[in-house]
Amino acid sequence: MSLLEKIKPKFWDAEESEGLSDFRQLWYLTVLLTLEVTLAPLIFMTLADYNVTQKSVESEILLRTSRLVSNTRRSVSFFLDERRSALNFVVYDTPFSELNDPLGLASILENLKKSFGGFADIGVIDAQGRQKNYAGPYRLEGIDYSGQEWFREMVEHGNYISDVFMGFRQVPHLVIAVRCSLPDSCFYVLRAAVDTERFNDLLSQLEVSGQGDAFIINHEGILQTPSRYHGKVLEKISLSVPKFSEKTEVFEGRGAGAEDVIIGYAYIADSPFILMIVKKKNELMKSWQTTRMKIAGFLAVSITVILFVTLGVATYLINKIYVLEQNRASIMHGMEYSNKMASLGRLAAGVAHEINNPLAIINEKAGLVKDMFTFRKEYAKDEKLIGIVDVIVSSVERCAVIARRLLNFARHIDVNVQSLSLKEVIHEVLGFLGKEAEYRSISVSVSVPDDMPQIESDRGKLQEIFLNLINNAFAAMKDEGKLDISAKQENRDSVSVTFTDNGCGISEQNLSRIFEPFFSTKTKVGGTGLGLSITYGLVKKMGGDIRVKSEPGKGASFTVTLPIKADQKEKGEDIHASLIGG
Amino acid sequence: MRVLLVDDEKELVSTLAERLSFRGIDAKWAVCAAEALKLIETGQFDIAVLDVKLPKVGGFELKKKIQEKKPDMKFIFMTGHGSEDDFKAGSAQTGADYYLVKPVKIEALIEKMKKVLG
Repeated sequence: MSLLEKIKPKFWDAEESEGLSDFRQLWYLTVLLTLEVTLAPLIFMTLADYNVTQKSVESEILLRTSRLVSNTRRSVSFFLDERRSALNFVVYDTPFSELNDPLGLASILENLKKSFGGFADIGVIDAQGRQKNYAGPYRLEGIDYSGQEWFREMVEHGNYISDVFMGFRQVPHLVIAVRCSLPDSCFYVLRAAVDTERFNDLLSQLEVSGQGDAFIINHEGILQTPSRYHGKVLEKISLSVPKFSEKTEVFEGRGAGAEDVIIGYAYIADSPFILMIVKKKNELMKSWQTTRMKIAGFLAVSITVILFVTLGVATYLINKIYVLEQNRASIMHGMEYSNKMASLGRLAAGVAHEINNPLAIINEKAGLVKDMFTFRKEYAKDEKLIGIVDVIVSSVERCAVIARRLLNFARHIDVNVQSLSLKEVIHEVLGFLGKEAEYRSISVSVSVPDDMPQIESDRGKLQEIFLNLINNAFAAMKDEGKLDISAKQENRDSVSVTFTDNGCGISEQNLSRIFEPFFSTKTKVGGTGLGLSITYGLVKKMGGDIRVKSEPGKGASFTVTLPIKADQKEKGEDIHASLIGG
Repeated sequence: MRVLLVDDEKELVSTLAERLSFRGIDAKWAVCAAEALKLIETGQFDIAVLDVKLPKVGGFELKKKIQEKKPDMKFIFMTGHGSEDDFKAGSAQTGADYYLVKPVKIEALIEKMKKVLG
């Protein structure tokens, strides 16, 4: 038997019939409706929660990135402002003559290095763009800057911060220059080179989550500081240069490897620099992905639990309804059956009674004729006439037996517990079926021990039980079959009668269902499936028990155990109760 | 032995009476309670064989009426309905001495009557 067969509920294969609903359809309806009203809100809520959580995580990431960019911009601006202010201080504080003194300038450079750090060299350039004085590692006095772009810008704006460049030293650095006006409307410029190392440290010390990258580019997209993922200093980045904005901006875009990235940037005022922080979105969303897995897991577990509970509960309940409906239908059938029996009984009783009277007359008349033959001498010798009369009398006797049986049958509907002999009852029942057994050459043997006690029981019910069992045995057997009926005393309180046939037997799976109402293997040939269930009900009602043993092809054996003394309660209950009980 | 037979089937009761007289038993018959009571007034009887079902006045009722006049009378009932066992159980209520199921065998009837009369 497959697993499916094992878990298949009883009602699954129940055929729709009069008075019995279509349980499979009912089951489908219950399961689908229940799943719909439980799963739909659950899935809807989970999806809604999923979306809300995802949105809030994303906006949190944007916010955090924006905050980081703003803070870093402040640091970078401060770094540049600090150095520019230092140069301004030098310009305004130091007499021009001292700036033109090489030793004085070297001393200023030394002071700047000590107090601010990052200064590599310093030079004084006159209004014509010629370097008048220089302190630093190179010999750069006399260089002419007048043709250079930065100098022109410088003259125009008053101060200047350059892009990062390699210069003579082949070390990335940037230049900060400030202008100082002289009384004769002339001016000079103090120009200092600043190592970008300090500048780089500012960014490299940043803790950027999500495998993030913080770097600075100029307006052309050339890297001014080293980048973890976007190239080396002075290389062009693969990302496009973000459009100008005075405020910090954060947006989502595509990274170099076409992955989703969060890009935060800020233009640094009074400088050619744009601060950029690029974070990988996937990395940032990792915590969200864990949550997402948890939500999915919760959903899967919930759905599974709901599914199992729904299936289980629906199956259990529908099965219960099925059993109840079966009982109800069986009761209805039982009542119908007992009503039918009662009508039949009344009819039989009426017929028997009506027949009895004319029979009695025939009997008496024939008796009288015989008497006349016997008592009057002139007919006494006529044996033929007496023979004829004897035949009439014996035929009347046969009719009377039939009428009596009909009356007995009629009494099935009334409960009448009396002391009776099992042997007698068995023979009475066989009397009904004797002809069939004869026609079909079925041999019936009855063995009841002589010391068998009388039992207190209802003759009609007992007849019905035996009649059903013998009828079943006859139905199971081919012609020339063999039926053994044997009775014995089981113990002080009970006796048993066993009906053993050598018919077709009962298969193992049918054996457990054989006493169920409406279970029949003979439905195609007019079986109601009620015979054995009624028998079972009757036996149970009488305080007895019925068991069956069978092997397919080897016949079946039904054993009815009956109490010797009837239960007091039993007396007076009617047959309806016994059928309902079955 | 003087017997009163009462049954609504005239053919049955008259034949039964005739057959009894063949056997030397003095039997009178009636087809209803009224006739039976009339016979009781005029004649002497040891035993009455009554059908349970009689028109107008039933067998049991007739028995009571007869008993009022002849308290020593014995009774046997005949019935076309039921078995002797059934009536054995009910005899305490009806006070019958014996029941016979129709059709009655004449020999059985005589035997029962003899038994009842001792």
